[in-house]
Amino acid sequence: MVVLANGESTCWSCGQMRATHFCTSCGRVQPPAPADHFAFFGLPRKLNVDVARLERDFYELSRRLHPDLYGTAAAREQEWSLEQTSKLNDAYRTLKDPIARTRYLLRLQGVEFEEQSKAATEKARSTGQLKQQVVPPDLLEDVFELNLQLEELRTQKKMGEDDPALLEEVGKQKLSLETRQDTLLDELKGYWNEWDSTVEGDAVGRVRVRDKMVDLLNRRNYIRNLVRDVNEVLGN
Amino acid sequence: MSSERIVGIDLGTTNSLVAFMQGKNPVVIPGDDGLNLVPSVVALDEHEQILVGNSARKYLIETPERSVFSIKRLMGRGMEDIQEELKLFPFRLADDLHSGEVLRIKLGQKAFTPPEISAFILRQLKRNAERFFNAPVTKAVITVPAYFNDAQRQATKDAGRIAGIEVLRLVNEPTAASLAYGLDKKQNGIVAVYDLGGGTFDISILKLHDGIFEVISTNGDTHLGGDDIDNVLIRIALDDIRGDMGLDLSRNGEAVARIRKAVIETKIALSSQTTAHLDVELPEGKRYQREISRAQFEQLIQPIIDRTLAPCKQALKDAGLKPEQIDEVVLVGGSTRIPKVRALVESLFERTPHTGLNPDEVVALGAAVQATILAGGSEATENMLLLDVTPLSLGIEVAGGVTDKIILRNSTIPASATQHYTTQIDGQANVAIHVLQGERELAKDCRSLARFDLKGIPPMTAGMPRIEVKFLIDANGILHVSAREQRSGKAAEIEVQPSYGLTDEQVESMILDSFDYAEEDFRQRQVIEARNEAATILAALEKGRQSPAWGQLTSAEKKQIAKLENGLVQVRSEDDYAAIRKAIDTLNQATMRLAELMMDSAVSTALTGKTMDEADLGEGPSAPHPVAKAEFK
Repeated sequence: MVVLANGESTCWSCGQMRATHFCTSCGRVQPPAPADHFAFFGLPRKLNVDVARLERDFYELSRRLHPDLYGTAAAREQEWSLEQTSKLNDAYRTLKDPIARTRYLLRLQGVEFEEQSKAATEKARSTGQLKQQVVPPDLLEDVFELNLQLEELRTQKKMGEDDPALLEEVGKQKLSLETRQDTLLDELKGYWNEWDSTVEGDAVGRVRVRDKMVDLLNRRNYIRNLVRDVNEVLGN
Repeated sequence: MSSERIVGIDLGTTNSLVAFMQGKNPVVIPGDDGLNLVPSVVALDEHEQILVGNSARKYLIETPERSVFSIKRLMGRGMEDIQEELKLFPFRLADDLHSGEVLRIKLGQKAFTPPEISAFILRQLKRNAERFFNAPVTKAVITVPAYFNDAQRQATKDAGRIAGIEVLRLVNEPTAASLAYGLDKKQNGIVAVYDLGGGTFDISILKLHDGIFEVISTNGDTHLGGDDIDNVLIRIALDDIRGDMGLDLSRNGEAVARIRKAVIETKIALSSQTTAHLDVELPEGKRYQREISRAQFEQLIQPIIDRTLAPCKQALKDAGLKPEQIDEVVLVGGSTRIPKVRALVESLFERTPHTGLNPDEVVALGAAVQATILAGGSEATENMLLLDVTPLSLGIEVAGGVTDKIILRNSTIPASATQHYTTQIDGQANVAIHVLQGERELAKDCRSLARFDLKGIPPMTAGMPRIEVKFLIDANGILHVSAREQRSGKAAEIEVQPSYGLTDEQVESMILDSFDYAEEDFRQRQVIEARNEAATILAALEKGRQSPAWGQLTSAEKKQIAKLENGLVQVRSEDDYAAIRKAIDTLNQATMRLAELMMDSAVSTALTGKTMDEADLGEGPSAPHPVAKAEFK
């Protein structure tokens, strides 16, 4: 049973019990209240989340909120069920994934990931080229080399040729990038405890951890896109 | 409380079915020919009457220009999408089609949109169910391929509306199949559903957890199925005929239809035999005959069935699973009867696939299960809940023609995303949003879903308005968009231009048009309703006979009532609703005094603690099915 602390009020249907997403007394769905993804699940804004419990709560809430259960209900209840379930699904999808969860929490803290991509989009529009990201300096050399190889493979593909040695080399690079991705995720998780235990008032401490995590996320994102490019060329 | 039955419908490329839950088990409702499968064939006969199913099938050969099959391939599609289909299928487009318009297909001199043609099929299924229940059926769950996009889903919903059916839910076919499979054994584990039908292919991977059917990933191809196998065989036959006899029959509709029929029979035979004989009568008394071995057949179809591999691999990848982590593989769709397809699935997932249920029926059975869940559930469906996903990412076009994905594929639905917009110039009153579906980076490579025009933005300096647009994919996989200007708090007006599909006004007018063809429905419905009313009055009369009031009638009155009762029983079994109504009315007149006497005695029994309901008919299990009064008089 999930007990949620946010959005307490009286139930529209039975009028007595306190209600959250659904009434704890009569079980009817309630109109959605504004809540962030953490609050929707009654969780504190922390990065360490018990994912097994999150899944249990997700199933439990689905069994009470899903539109299938309101097939014969009044139109407004159907509407609420639809809105509540979409919020539930959005929240679960975000919180169960370590990267999405971290990005989401940082965004709640005012980090604007979109701004970077907006700037890149503006640039893309003015130059007429596809969006490009800033290469993390320590990756610069490897990336330059890899991009040359990818270009060569693309050309070969067009000509109908293939170069097994080069393919193997790029395949190896891909594996090493994927390992790097995993390492970066572990590093990111390393900061979770630090973030969660840093008190709200410690602004300086928080900014330091925040910036580290933003940096890690950007690097990981960059590598992820690179792996995607490699996969495209390798055809898997 | 309405206890109207909600049926499950599988609106298939080749065959369609309607099913319902009979107690604990879903069952298919047969047509008046006693067959479960209604071929998805529509024909216009010589009296300009629409025929559907087996009765329409002979027209495929006799008058191919007045019949149509595999219409599902055209649902929600535009002219430019279907150039390939037009080469392979005898679809006859209306002559006056404009680009950007919804397709219209000619049947004789008439032309219908794909949703209207699908509506004819749905109407037949509705009729079959109404005949079976002897009661109107107006609500249904309809299945769609999991990989159907928004336009294809919307077109299916429109077809339901045109057929006079309230579509309570669109359910993905592989997911529906898993419900039918999961009904008897509520176990936990990972299940892959491989669904190769007449025209579409889906792969869905689900996690079963204490009655929750959670789709983890799905993929597919909405233009891949048994039809494609038939087309390969037809092409070979046509080539042979041209080579051997010097006859080019590719433009001869009747000959192609005959060849199609023959190659389908051959294909089916080769699932159980190692060789089959293809034999087709051709014009001018000629004959095309040929032996085909299973080995040859398998070689021919290999490239087609191999096209199912990439979607399977992608679905596994999206689910983050390896083949050995799949606990069970379920086969759905008629094309999975082909041994080579089974072998392919077996080698891909490294296990023997499950084939316990009839692959032609399992989707409809699952739809019936979902219909019961939506109706409030039963003991058999207790704890069952379906959590499905959207098959394609939803994006919006941003500067530079790039797609910005806002809801990723395989997100559990309902799902939503919120975007903020502002204006570029002072006083700008409109903002245009282009919504796309697909996985590609560039907007031009994705499928255009609709263009939304936010209107009536209050005049402000550029960049000042803050318009929040909410994109919501509902449980049917269909997109809804709403907008609010946050500074003024006003809901912004949205004008939607669907890129493919009918506007609401068009659907409304088609519903009206469909009444021309609803003559039969109307009559059927009247008969059903009159019969139900007859059952009610006859039951009431039976009650009356048991009541003390009966004894107060004169013997002449009793005799007259018995005579009229007999008359009603006689006409009730006939199809003349006017006669039934007349017999009801006269019996009503004759029993007026009995009813009054009963009413008096009911009032007095009520005083001694009994209620009117008990004194009167009540709604016990033997009471007739409650039917709404006829809307038309």
